[in-house]
Amino acid sequence: MSSEVATATTQGHTHRDDAGTKLGMWLFLFTELILFGGLFIIYAVYRFSHGAEFELAANELDRLVGTVNTIILLTSSLTVAMSITAIQEGKKNLTLLLVGMTVVLAFAFLLNKYFEWDHKIVAGIYPGSPDLINKPQGVILYFGLYYVMTGLHALHVIIGMVVLVVMMFFVKNGTIHKGSFVRLEAGALYWHLVDIIWIFLFPLFYLLH
Amino acid sequence: MDQHEHSQEHGEGTHIVSYARYIMIWIGLVMLTGTTVALSGMDLGRWIILTALTIASIKTTLVLSIFMHLKFEDKMYRYFVLIAGSTFLIFISLTFFDYAFR
Amino acid sequence: MAIAAAAHGAPEPDFYHAPSKHKGIFAWILSTDHKRIGILYLFSLLTFFLIAATLGVLMRLEMLTPGKTIIEPQTYNTFFTLHGIMMIFLFIIPGLPAVFGNFMMPIMIGAKDVFFPRLNLLSWWLFLAGGLLALVSVFLPGGATDTGWTFYVPYSIRTSTNVIPALMAAFILGFSSILTGLNFVTTIHRMRAPGMTWFRMPLFVWSLYATAWVQILATPIIGITLLLVAIERWFGVGIFDPSLGGDPILYQHLFWIYSHPAVYIMILPGLGVVSEILPVFARRTIFGYKFIAYSSLAIAFVGSLVWAHHMFTVGMSNTGMFVFSFLTFLVSIPSAIKVFNWIATLYKGSIALEVPLLFILSFIVQFCIGGFTGLMLGALAVNIHVTDTYFVVGHFHYVMFGGTGFGLFAALHYWFPKMTGKMFKKKPAVVSWFMVTIGFNVLYFTMFILGYQGMPRRYYDYLPQFQTLHVIATVGSWILYSGILVMFVNLLISLRKGEKAGANPWGGETLEWTVPSPPPLENFDVVPTVTTGPYDYSKYEAVQEAK
Repeated sequence: MSSEVATATTQGHTHRDDAGTKLGMWLFLFTELILFGGLFIIYAVYRFSHGAEFELAANELDRLVGTVNTIILLTSSLTVAMSITAIQEGKKNLTLLLVGMTVVLAFAFLLNKYFEWDHKIVAGIYPGSPDLINKPQGVILYFGLYYVMTGLHALHVIIGMVVLVVMMFFVKNGTIHKGSFVRLEAGALYWHLVDIIWIFLFPLFYLLH
Repeated sequence: MDQHEHSQEHGEGTHIVSYARYIMIWIGLVMLTGTTVALSGMDLGRWIILTALTIASIKTTLVLSIFMHLKFEDKMYRYFVLIAGSTFLIFISLTFFDYAFR
Repeated sequence: MAIAAAAHGAPEPDFYHAPSKHKGIFAWILSTDHKRIGILYLFSLLTFFLIAATLGVLMRLEMLTPGKTIIEPQTYNTFFTLHGIMMIFLFIIPGLPAVFGNFMMPIMIGAKDVFFPRLNLLSWWLFLAGGLLALVSVFLPGGATDTGWTFYVPYSIRTSTNVIPALMAAFILGFSSILTGLNFVTTIHRMRAPGMTWFRMPLFVWSLYATAWVQILATPIIGITLLLVAIERWFGVGIFDPSLGGDPILYQHLFWIYSHPAVYIMILPGLGVVSEILPVFARRTIFGYKFIAYSSLAIAFVGSLVWAHHMFTVGMSNTGMFVFSFLTFLVSIPSAIKVFNWIATLYKGSIALEVPLLFILSFIVQFCIGGFTGLMLGALAVNIHVTDTYFVVGHFHYVMFGGTGFGLFAALHYWFPKMTGKMFKKKPAVVSWFMVTIGFNVLYFTMFILGYQGMPRRYYDYLPQFQTLHVIATVGSWILYSGILVMFVNLLISLRKGEKAGANPWGGETLEWTVPSPPPLENFDVVPTVTTGPYDYSKYEAVQEAK
């Protein structure tokens, strides 16, 4: 590994170095992974100590909503991955279409999430609510984590959407093109990370029983 | 010469994945999602968490290797992902040296 | 280090005089030049250091007599909290990487800048914002934070003081630290000069590389943990609050999962500075280069596995305690590898007792004391008795201040000519070294004894039997603080009136000594080609052999 990198740097750095940019992006993704990792550690510990109550609480969540959202995110990951191929082939309009679809799917995901949260809040299940306070402690912990983890994930979805919209502008004005698309790649990598986190959140919150 | 080497260096990054391959992976991901939902309906007892996490890991591997092009990148990236992943696994398993033995 | 000779044209202006598109102060605070950013960090960081050190001296003064000496108990609580937050998040964590890593690392590997220069500037802005927020939180209504720098729950959820601004400050500073780490890893991977292979890199760069990985992989944990405390305070979500079923010990786990590796973020670059400076003044190739390089990675790795040794008395399982105690002992192996290699480097060298080396020698002795007391604390049986006493405070300051702090002073003197183009005055510098070393040891060694006798830390009041030792420690703090002032005044005067330094006043063999002092804007006229490893002192060694 060292020798390959060493020869690469002999090119000097007046060149654009896409591989370096991508390396930076991957390192950033690791920090995101560990950020959620902290939450997963908390989840693991509380599920270990309050297993039965977690299962009880999970009954409140609609498995169908979760499944639909999973499919939506997987599909959005597909479209953004395909957009890389499209830009590599120099198909500008197809790229725009695919990234645009990703953004629309992200929005659908958020809409779904909004209704799900709304449903819960109307039912009196939200942090600090009188209904929740009187439930067993494992249930309080479960919903605490549910709101924090899906909330933080939704925040990442929103950030990802903004990033992808900016990328669409770059594609449109020609900043991103067949010969230079590392930014779109970086945006896509971020989007896939958002997807991966959901891949774990989904079974841990929706599929307990 | 200079330019040639340069483009070679980034050759791995410019690997073009076909649309069909992406769609195949997507179908795989959706099917795995179906499997994990179906399995959760069965009474697997304590294995439920294990099967769910195994399937999630397989899905993640698919996303990482194809969608995120890890398969076509320099090996170094795979090591790095491994380092980051094992860091998390070490954190969580060492924490359980406390909780599992309370 | 042999360099393929490059043809020199007209001398380029140094980076202080290079044309900039911004004017006045904006040429600094909007600059993406790694050297300017390094200097920005240096000044902001030393300002925070002086504030925090002053708080420390005031705390010592308060401890001069039992009961009230100068400040109220609540003020004392906020002082030790602020002293901790500022020293840790604003001084030692960013210290060596952000100042000397930024300034020197790109030059040392033969690069023109870091890989992401604008991100680098953003890191500094975040650092400044976090620092100011921490300071501002003191004066906001509600009162300064009184939780200690550890923000332990449930107290941090319940106290009415300004915990949230302090938490946000730490969060922002963590983000700044992550961005610096990310930048350095990418730079070291992608921007080394031709021929600068991994094992030709200076050891300071190796230590920065290991540090940067810890910054990337551990910092997010504290980010999310502090964020969760803030969320609990805002929304009453049940995460750590025991009244909602939460587990405060889990908070401590998460806090230390970052904060113990953070100790290695602090010390690793210090160890790197020792490995960097020692061969220059011993006129000897570093002994065991690869061992030192690998031991940095080993410390970074093993150091990430030991966090719960901060928690032996909080109610962990016995198994957990055994495991973490055992892992703690493992850290001493790579640390000892370094110390042995340093001593072997000094052996038969033609040692030049210049100021940077003096600080390094103090470093080695104090680091050993700090390390050995660390082993005592890692032993379960001893830990139970001395935990949360001054013994821990002594140990911590021996490693962090006696180690990293002295490493930073050494680096400051070692690279001062390169950064400013001026030499500092040697005599006052030696005096300051003497005062700082004496004051430091009087202050903190006394704490070991106090702690062993049972003086708890963070206490405002104490029994009369402890007073003699408290007085000795307080006098030590005066000597230490005066020494620091002498050092800073000397460097400031030298900045104006010092003699011009040549490109290589110390006879260093790494790349930064091949460029003019101060370096030009893009460091190198021609990208250097490296053909040998660092620290090639064969010519001196041949002379030494002949004797």
